[in-house]
Amino acid sequence: MLDISDLHVSVDGTEVLHDINLHIGQGETHVLMGPNGSGKSTLLKAIMGFGSYTITSGSIIFKGEDITHMPIHERAHLGMGMMFQHPPAISGLKLGKLLTATSHMDEGVIEALAQSVNMEQFLARDINVGFSGGEMKRSEVLQLKVQQPDYLMLDEPESGVDLENMNLMGKEIAALLEKDIHIINRRRSGLIITHTGYILDYLEADQGHVMISGRIRCHGNAREILRVVKEKGYGECLRCKPR
Amino acid sequence: MQTEITDMEHLSQEDQERLAQTGLEVGMQNRCGSFFQIDQDVVQTTCGAEGIEMLPIKIALEKYDWMRDYYWNAVPADADKYTKYVAKQETPQGLVVIAHPGVKVAMPLQACLFLREEAVQHVHNIFIAREDSEIHIISGCASSWQKERGAHIGVTEIYVGKGARVTSTMIHNWGEGISVFPRSATIVEEEGTFLSNYVCMQPVNRVVMYPTARLVGKNAVARFSSIVVATPGSFLDLGSRTILAAEQTSTELISRAITTGGTVISRGHILGEKENTRGHIECKGLILKDGTIHAIPEIEGTLTGTELSHEAAVGKIARHEIEYLMARGLSEDEATATIIRGFLDVKISGLPEVLQRQIDDAIDKAESGF
Repeated sequence: MLDISDLHVSVDGTEVLHDINLHIGQGETHVLMGPNGSGKSTLLKAIMGFGSYTITSGSIIFKGEDITHMPIHERAHLGMGMMFQHPPAISGLKLGKLLTATSHMDEGVIEALAQSVNMEQFLARDINVGFSGGEMKRSEVLQLKVQQPDYLMLDEPESGVDLENMNLMGKEIAALLEKDIHIINRRRSGLIITHTGYILDYLEADQGHVMISGRIRCHGNAREILRVVKEKGYGECLRCKPR
Repeated sequence: MQTEITDMEHLSQEDQERLAQTGLEVGMQNRCGSFFQIDQDVVQTTCGAEGIEMLPIKIALEKYDWMRDYYWNAVPADADKYTKYVAKQETPQGLVVIAHPGVKVAMPLQACLFLREEAVQHVHNIFIAREDSEIHIISGCASSWQKERGAHIGVTEIYVGKGARVTSTMIHNWGEGISVFPRSATIVEEEGTFLSNYVCMQPVNRVVMYPTARLVGKNAVARFSSIVVATPGSFLDLGSRTILAAEQTSTELISRAITTGGTVISRGHILGEKENTRGHIECKGLILKDGTIHAIPEIEGTLTGTELSHEAAVGKIARHEIEYLMARGLSEDEATATIIRGFLDVKISGLPEVLQRQIDDAIDKAESGF
């Protein structure tokens, strides 16, 4: 699904990601952990193609296609989707209108999808304007349910979400990643940034990675990495030899 | 002299389209009355609504003695050189609308002011909404597609009686060489509501106006909204002012300005001079191409019981907003247009749907130009 080789990324002329190598196969979900400011969000945004993140060398291959310098919307059309940690509030743009514009789905279908995440009251609201943390996340999930990406990136899906919403979100994200389908037949892949690991209560991850200071230091079983980090902190990961 | 025109449908196809862009219904669908003035000639005044009178101002002044109480009252005749110019005309031209007490008409009536041949068009309108009445007026102002230079000076006096409700929606579609000087003022009595909407999305040489609402009765409300685009060569000096001259009155002045190379001066002034009054100015500008947006919101309170606020912002479209929409699959151009459309989307509460649709249409038509 996704193949990143020797990727170097700069922001404002300063290199922030160094020599990233990451392979996510079809049907696999990977978890990305690491201390604040280590570059996890930067990696997701660079994969999505955001303008402030300049790829100075290396390549991103998605579904066999080199997308290293492809515009964001073409990546989206290829099947890439992202759940933002801090989505912007855009006044005047109704959530429902955006969903119709991006999907060409019937209003009825969109309404039913909105109902499934308790967002039907928000379709007529300006996107993210005055939304609470949980509402923002549900709006993100709704947009992804409409978009149905084959490869999904989630930037801290747990942050700012209360327990009740977490339950809903966890189940919806698991469904987006086709966790209800047997692994042999599962086609969708994901990359999830998490600090707490709560999301792992709702879905199994196939692999975990730890990023420190712009490098991926450890690879391994996601739960095991989480356990080690909980016990010993990220310092332990510094002993890992970068691959 | 051209063939006599007594109806908008007699105009050339090009001119009919120009009028349609100002929200006028040439065929009168969804309209309860229509007034049509070309240059200095009133060519049509029809009104099908009971309890509503639409008259050319000259006839109204002859018919009703009391009309003099409303003539040059809200707007002083000697306010500036433009009002003086209109006042010195031998034969006043323009429209008088009288809504009799308790008459409520949800269907808008339209006033079409069309500049075709003369250098200067002058207009004096008076709208009177008696106690508990409700009227919606849409004024479409346009110039002929063949008209290159000219000026329009329009005085409008609006009187909103006790418990009455008036909405005045003005959509402009002038030409690049036309200068426009509307002079209007409104007096709102107890429990009265006045909504003013202004849309100008097409090139014009110059528009200078600063309409004022004076809220003189308890619980009166005034809301001004304006949505404008300044194309290269356009100079728009626009403002709105509310004087909170009675207790428990409130007002809101909302403006959205875009420049694609022209100049917008976006003024606003609220004067709170009585107890329990509230006012807010919201002034947002978007610079799409180098041009000027100059926001000048002023709030002035003279006693402890008034609460006034303003917010103003001028800038470009935030990059992260465009990229957010691109991540959902919109191209950069589509994302930009979507954000601009949202920026201009000022929903005006209390406005009849047909008028809101007219405003939306005017924006949609201009949108392709960005």
